[in-house]
Order: sequence, then structure tokens, then C-alpha cells
Amino acid sequence: MLGAALIAARTYLIPKTFGELGHYRAAAVDANASRPMVYAGREDCGVCHDERAEQFSKARHQTLSCEVCHGAAAAHIESPSEHKPPAPRDRGYCPLCHGYNPSRPTGFPQIDPVSHNPGAPCIQCHDPHAPEPPRVPQECSACHAEIARTKTLSSHATLECTQCHQVNERHKVDPRASTPTKPAAREFCGQCHSSDAKAAPEIRRIDLSSHWPRYVCWQCHYSHYPEVR
Amino acid sequence: MNTLVQIQTKPPNDPEQIATERREFLRKCLMASPFLVGIVRVAAQQTGGNGDGVYHPEDHYYGMGVDVSKCIGCGRCADACKTENDVPRDPYYFRTWIERYVITTEGEVSVSSPNGGIEGFPATVSEKGILRTFFVPKLCNHCASPPCVQVCPVGATFLSRDGVVLVDKDYCIGCRYCIQACPYGARFLHPVTHTAEKCTFCYHRVRNGKVPACVEVCPTGARIFGDVRSMASPLTRFRRFNEIQVLKAHLNTEPKVYYANLDGEVS
Repeated sequence: MLGAALIAARTYLIPKTFGELGHYRAAAVDANASRPMVYAGREDCGVCHDERAEQFSKARHQTLSCEVCHGAAAAHIESPSEHKPPAPRDRGYCPLCHGYNPSRPTGFPQIDPVSHNPGAPCIQCHDPHAPEPPRVPQECSACHAEIARTKTLSSHATLECTQCHQVNERHKVDPRASTPTKPAAREFCGQCHSSDAKAAPEIRRIDLSSHWPRYVCWQCHYSHYPEVR
Repeated sequence: MNTLVQIQTKPPNDPEQIATERREFLRKCLMASPFLVGIVRVAAQQTGGNGDGVYHPEDHYYGMGVDVSKCIGCGRCADACKTENDVPRDPYYFRTWIERYVITTEGEVSVSSPNGGIEGFPATVSEKGILRTFFVPKLCNHCASPPCVQVCPVGATFLSRDGVVLVDKDYCIGCRYCIQACPYGARFLHPVTHTAEKCTFCYHRVRNGKVPACVEVCPTGARIFGDVRSMASPLTRFRRFNEIQVLKAHLNTEPKVYYANLDGEVS
């Protein structure tokens, strides 16, 4: 009697597909899989907008999905005329990636939204779909903002970046393929800092032959903000 | 052993008969060959996975790679995740979010994540000198040994055969035990359904051959999605060419979110 009751209770209480694949309802897998998609994916955008996709694939923004700027577009693919994807045209959107922030990796193109052509929408000068690589940045600080800011506070503020770094043209188009040089020898810094250097008297001097001879200067002194301690 | 005995007890007949048998055998082989080719083709399709157009969960085992040095902290992933998965917009509910780490010259570490990074991060960081600062994307680690699954009293959360930790929201009783158990803070209780919620690697997208929404919109390719076991997956390339760390490895949860260029201060 009790056994029958237990069997009945078991059949009634345990949900249908429970235990088929493990200690869970197998039907829950399909329930999770059957949600509708909201983002379509860039391949689907290219089916209709093939010319734009072709142009975009050569641009500096080629790693981006269309939906990064234009928003989720699965509804637009379902009914193209009813759902129009938005295009951000104000100054607020681009700085989410390109506004200066010291936590961003060095070399990522950044501007200060407050001082960079205030009031003008970004797309007035920059075409987000531009197939050509951007015009060569006039200043290294376009990408190396954190370094540029640090340097302005240091005793090296007046030095040009090219004083110490030789930059291949390719670095401006494909930054990681060709990285700028660093001074290879102690004597380079020694031009101003060695005890017999012909330089302004207020520049700190060091005896190159006795001062940690096995190191290049920048291995200890951060040249963009040289601290002597 | 048996066959060996039979062979030994049956001495070979005359050469003429052997030749006839051999001819017969080859003829049968030739006749059967079209069927054999068919069988081999079907078998190859089934093991290959996609050949028959049916999804085989056991052929996949998903994971994600995160390259910390590529994250620019734009928060597009966290935003897209909320849109894709209908996550409440309030700033307490996230399936994925971005954290900013700031380490001062005195070694002080501060972590912030204003609204998960969806509206970006303030440019000013610290009054004190910064030694280093960076962004770290966080999400469910889809552990191979998930504590959240272990503690669920009803079996409403589980590790699927394709390596994704899912929630059965029709069966969840909302006891919050899994939220407590997750060492990564990756779960929350949905304010409307009162059931546990978490990243599913966008399971509904992955099953349809798409990548998760956060991976789709990441502008710098800081997130890489793929099959852990497949040798021809972007994730395997990522794991081949980077020094990989996982979060809280000492807990033996065996996370399947792999971090490259991860700072030691990140937990």
C-alpha cells in the first residue's frame, strides 16, 4: 500500500524529462536554446548591405560588428521597413570608446571630448565606415594620451617624442606591426646627463662609468616621468 | 582461441578450391562496396557534427577567452548582454560587466564598476599616483566543476553536455543558494520572476551557430568564443599563443573563461 503510494507520488512529483541527461530536466536545455535572438550578427547584415560590408571590411573599424553602433538588428532583418536601426550622430557615443581614459590600453586612439572640437558632431570630420586608414595622426598623443599627459608634468616636457623614438611610417597604420624604437645605449641619455655632457647646467648629471653600468637608463628611470629617487 | 582451433582442425583444401573461394570473396567485396561507402559517409557526418544539420551537444564544449590588454572599457558587451537577454536595466543586475582596477604607487588597489561600465568610466581615476590601471571583463566562468550546480537543492541549474552552466527557470524555486555559492558573483535573482539568472554564453545564439552577444559587439576582439576541445577554434588559438590564467584557480572550480594578460591583483 505504502509502496504503491510512493510510486504514485514519485510519478506525480518528478517532472517529465528529469534525469534523462543528468540531475536536471532535459527539457530545460531546449527551453534555454529556444529564446529569440536580438542581435543578428554582422554576417546577416552583409546579406543585404553587401557594398557597405565590403567597404567596411577594409576600414580601421573592420573588427567591429555593425550592431556595435547601430544596435541590435534581428528585428530589422525580420521586417526591414518597420524596424529601422538607429545611427548615433551626436558626440556622446564615440567617446565611449575614444574618450580619453588612463585605464585604456596604450596606443588606443583617444581624444579629450571637452577640448577636441567642442560642439561638432564626430561624423562631421570622421567617417565611421571609412575604407581608408585614417589620416596619419599629427601627434603621438592621439593614441598615447596617457604618456603625453604624464610627460607634460615631467622635466622632459619640452622634448619631442622623436627625440628618443624613431617611428616607422607603418606604425601609424598598423601600430603593432612596427613598433617605435627605444634608445639602445646609455650614451644616448648621456648626451645630456653624463658628467662631461655639453648641456644646460641645471640638468642632473651622472658618472656613466660607475652608475649601474650594466643597465640602459630607461630600465630604471621612467623617461616620461623621470624620478630620481 | 576458438577460431584458432577451428583453423587448425580444418586443413587447407586443394589450391583450386582456395582460388575459387578467393574469387568469390573479392566479388562479394566489390558488390558491397557502394554500401560500404555510404555507411562510412554517414558515420563521418555524424562524428563531424554539422554534416547532417542536427546539433549534437556532445560534439561541443564551449569556453571563452578574454584578453585583458585589449579591453578598452567601453561597456558595449554589458549593454548588448542586457539587450540580448532581457536583463533588467537597473544597475544591480548583470550577466556580464566590466571592472576597472586602479593600483596606486603606494600599492593600494581599488576596483570600480559604475553600472557595469555601460555608460563608460570617469576619466579621472585617483588623486594619488597611478602605478597601473586596466579594465577586466567579468562573467560566469562556466566552471567544469561548478559550485552553484552542486548546491542547488532541486536540480534547477546544471552543466549541459556542451559545457554551459544553465538555469531551468521553470523549475527554480528562487532559494538563492546558488547565488551564495558562486565565488565569482556571477548570479542574481531576477526581480520579476524571482528565479536565479546568469550568463548562458547566449545559449540560444550558440545553438544557432552565432557567437554570444558580448563577443559579437566587442570592438577590439578582447573576447574570444569557441570550442575548448576543437583544435580548429579561435579559442584554441588564443590558448595556444597566450599565457592563460583563470580566476580563483585555488578553488578548483575549473573555470572555462580563460584570461590572457591578467594582473595578479584581479580576483
